[in-house]
Amino acid sequence: MNVGDFTRLGAAAISSSVRSGETTPTEVVRAAFERARDIGAGADGLNIFLHSDEDASAEETRGLRKRLDSATDVGILAGVPVAIKDNIASLGLPTTCGSRILAGYVSPFEATAVTRLRANGALIIAKTNMDEFAMGSSTENSAFGPTRNPHDVRCVPGGSSGGSAAAVAAGITPIALGSETGGSVRQPAAFCGVVGVKPTYGRVSRYGLVAFASSLDQIGVVGRTVDDAALGLEAIAGFDKMDSTSSDADVPIYRVSALGKPAPEARAPDTEAMRIGRSPIPLPPPPDATTLKGIVIGKPKEYFPDSLDPAIKAHCERALDHFRSMGATIRDVSLPRSPLAIPVYYILAPAEASSNLARFDGVRYGLRVDPGSGLKAMYGATRSQGFGPEVTRRILLGTYVLSAGYYDAYYKKAQAVRTLIADDFRSVFTSGVHAIFTPTTPTPAFPVGAISDPYEMYLNDIFTVTANLAGVPAISVPIGRVRRLPVGGQIITAHFDEYTMFRVAYALEAALGAEAHQ
Amino acid sequence: MAVTRDDVLHIAELARLGVDQSRVDALTAELSAILAHMEVLSQVDTTSVPPTAGVGSGGTPLRPDVSSAPLMEGTLESFAPAMRDGFFIVPRLATHEDSAESGA
Repeated sequence: MNVGDFTRLGAAAISSSVRSGETTPTEVVRAAFERARDIGAGADGLNIFLHSDEDASAEETRGLRKRLDSATDVGILAGVPVAIKDNIASLGLPTTCGSRILAGYVSPFEATAVTRLRANGALIIAKTNMDEFAMGSSTENSAFGPTRNPHDVRCVPGGSSGGSAAAVAAGITPIALGSETGGSVRQPAAFCGVVGVKPTYGRVSRYGLVAFASSLDQIGVVGRTVDDAALGLEAIAGFDKMDSTSSDADVPIYRVSALGKPAPEARAPDTEAMRIGRSPIPLPPPPDATTLKGIVIGKPKEYFPDSLDPAIKAHCERALDHFRSMGATIRDVSLPRSPLAIPVYYILAPAEASSNLARFDGVRYGLRVDPGSGLKAMYGATRSQGFGPEVTRRILLGTYVLSAGYYDAYYKKAQAVRTLIADDFRSVFTSGVHAIFTPTTPTPAFPVGAISDPYEMYLNDIFTVTANLAGVPAISVPIGRVRRLPVGGQIITAHFDEYTMFRVAYALEAALGAEAHQ
Repeated sequence: MAVTRDDVLHIAELARLGVDQSRVDALTAELSAILAHMEVLSQVDTTSVPPTAGVGSGGTPLRPDVSSAPLMEGTLESFAPAMRDGFFIVPRLATHEDSAESGA
């Protein structure tokens, strides 16, 4: 195989090739770095990677080689190169959250999700650029400069996981980890023409994910295809004793090979080192992976407003037609409190952030700026020089809504409306609807520097943020192009029903075929 | 509810953020504009609606109360800005001026 093959192959094909001995891990990793160089992934180009170490990656491939030689079950991602968002702790590479306050910081421990990727044979090759502390929708808020969209370098890749989406879209890795608080995996996936998954809150351990808004944060997966995203999620999902909010719900096999076919030969290893509570279990596969007979898909009117870009609406209608032709029933539904989601989110998330980011104070790790006039002055100088404008704005906003006199009017009120938003989803899913379909974003990617008003930028999350508030899983799948830029369709399902979410996503991907990128 | 310049200075103090004086007016306007969009929530009747603090699978489980070694591959010295004898070193808590201000 040559480099070109690896820029197109999915994770399952790479893993199969490595396990069979047709390809070596070294060749795969070398090809990923070669592709990164060819595409200009560095700071003077697309600015996708913040940290990578080709020598360390080569060393990692030698470790995997030994596991392969000793006939150990190396897992479902054997030899698959994976890029990791820079707010997910990894041993060996810095974890800076795209912030000056953590410049050069190397975590002394690793996120459970990363440990599980390694245990499944994945090779971690780089940390990806992001909006500082995941606060943004364009990756322009990185202290290390914006990432560019591989489809059009004049445009943003979305955010905050813009580097991860761009790494996959540029053909460097088939899988990348991102994180979601309000749409930060799905929105950049849509902008970059790749697949992005936000799992159910609690499905994936948050241990090692630098906290932004703890009641909303989840690690998510970007994939070249639905199957890549499914493989990535399957590898990292499951109970973790290190995260008290992680769920012990069983993790089904999500891979396409589990749909309508016997369970594949590779299983995720269940070792103490991985700290996994349960092994993946296969659910009974449907008789045919390309039929949606019996599936009811809800079309919520609040996500198809008159103001929606007509070209995006047309792509969504085409997707709905495909669902119908595969046997699904399309039902008009309502999520009436969804228009309140942006105000709710931008009260709750900054409130939680103002507390979580208090730890960056120059005492234990990261930047310290000491003007020499006492502890309080050190705190103020460190934080003002360490944080960028958007993080500063959100800390101030969060502190304001939590302060005496405003707590009930803003924070408590937003928590109550969050209950109503979650109730809306519960009502739809208990009325016989299996999945909800919406556009992922109201527009395609916009030019770098085009949006300067903070609230206008927040509106990018308008279709994605509700899933975070309700805690339900959602996936963005490419459904076409608008003015030559990719757009995505979003499939949302009930809590812990990622299986149905992937089933509908696989069907849509198969039905659209090349149309998904036209 | 419009935010005032004094509000911004007060919350910056609470958040231990040293805000550049030249940015205070701009931040005041930005926060006021953002909060104006939040006013829509005041029109929603939430009288009997319980607040949602989290959407996890329920409760906060407790682990066994046994100590274990920290899961760190590196030493504290490898990332701490300043350490001595196993302790983080910080600037003194109060300056002479702070003490005078507080009347201590």
